[in-house]
Amino acid sequence: MKLKDIAKEEFYRASYGCAGCAAVLMVRLTIKALGKNSVYVVPANCISTVSCYYPQAPFFVPFTVMAFAATAAALSGISAGFRRRGREDIHVVGLSGDGGTADIGIQALSGAIDCGNKFIYICYDNEAYMNTGIQRSGLTPYGAATSTTPSPCFENRPKKDMMRIVAAHDIPYAATACTSYPLDYMEKVVKASQVNGPTYIHILAPCPTGWGFPPDETIEIGRMAVESGMWHLTEFENGEFRTTYTPKRQRPVSEYLATQTRFRHLSPEQIAAIQKEIDAARD
Amino acid sequence: MKKEKSIPGPVQKAGTIPTRMGSWSTAKPVLKGKCTFCLFCWVFCPEGAIVQDEANRKVTFNFEDCKGCGICVRECPTKAIEMVEQQGDK
Ligand SMILES: Cc1ncc(C[n+]2csc(CCOP(=O)(O)OP(=O)(O)O)c2C)c(N)n1
Ligand code: SF4
Ligand code: SF4
Ligand code: SF4
Ligand SMILES: [Mg+2]
Repeated sequence: MKLKDIAKEEFYRASYGCAGCAAVLMVRLTIKALGKNSVYVVPANCISTVSCYYPQAPFFVPFTVMAFAATAAALSGISAGFRRRGREDIHVVGLSGDGGTADIGIQALSGAIDCGNKFIYICYDNEAYMNTGIQRSGLTPYGAATSTTPSPCFENRPKKDMMRIVAAHDIPYAATACTSYPLDYMEKVVKASQVNGPTYIHILAPCPTGWGFPPDETIEIGRMAVESGMWHLTEFENGEFRTTYTPKRQRPVSEYLATQTRFRHLSPEQIAAIQKEIDAARD
Repeated sequence: MKKEKSIPGPVQKAGTIPTRMGSWSTAKPVLKGKCTFCLFCWVFCPEGAIVQDEANRKVTFNFEDCKGCGICVRECPTKAIEMVEQQGDK
């Protein structure tokens, strides 16, 4: 895929999302990758909130809001309905946040992967419950301050490894991505759409409002997450994990942490501990 | 096939956007330098507010949709875009 080959038509416009929101960018890129022949299920999260100010409807394709815990169950059902009507050509896509995936929707996700219907479940990870005011989730990284884990008693639990959880279901295809690498992400979405079964894509989506950085730094901060080893671009296929992109330069994690107010309380010892974990994971 | 019943509850036509977000912006991007038409700004704009002018091989901006986030300015490799202070979508 090349930039000039991407659809020029816009299918997601005039949302109420914050300026510089990577989740909004994620929606725009997803629909461009799949085209008009796709339907979207969105539970309670930033995307459904910023897309549902009546009469505003920023999705130019069918879209429905789902109960928080039920995204994957809805995907499974819609997919079975389309199959019954011989419309397996329609892509059935879920856009759920980190809270809606790793905490509240995890049971439905597990059940739906087990059922085996064809759908694409996309978890956009802004690392907290942003829409309700930055509460911690199971995907908030160690060290981050949120409104429920304020500094100095900040988040002290590690980030859940969703990829290993879905891989344990023997899912046919799963991948991680980041909004700062749009072609990598869109290729993974297209690949998922060609799989005849459940698929999962986990995309890191930096949030200027919740992470505490200026809106023009959204892309740079996603890049720094990957270059510092805080986030990895991977794929899981045929029972095996694979790295799809190795950064050309490695940056110390202290540079990444320094860009965001949610990490500003960290002591040099705590930063060194985070760096040590990253280094251990690299080997 | 049997005639379908309509869905109960509120349904809105996809792509209804009476409100445009350009009025939120406090600054707007202006193309000042040489555009190489690399499309980096275009792909990264969350709002889809950048338009490809293929005939002139440069980008233009749709200020109805631009929220003035400044991502395009930061991501342009040739530093061709500048932010100018501007209230609203004019
Ligand atoms: C069952 C239920 N519990 C709580 C809520 C309130 N609620 C709405 S959105 C939200 C946060 C969603 O967080 P996440 O899934 O990470 O998405 P984000 O807002 O960060 O995009 C919460 C707690 C709800 N709508 N339904
Ligand atoms: S709070 Fe964060 S994720 Fe939600 S709309 Fe704003 S920038 Fe996007
Ligand atoms: S300032 Fe932001 S919204 Fe406006 S054109 Fe640039 S990237 Fe798009
Ligand atoms: S990033 Fe800069 S050079 Fe590239 S298309 Fe945009 S304005 Fe032109
Ligand atoms: Mg979230």
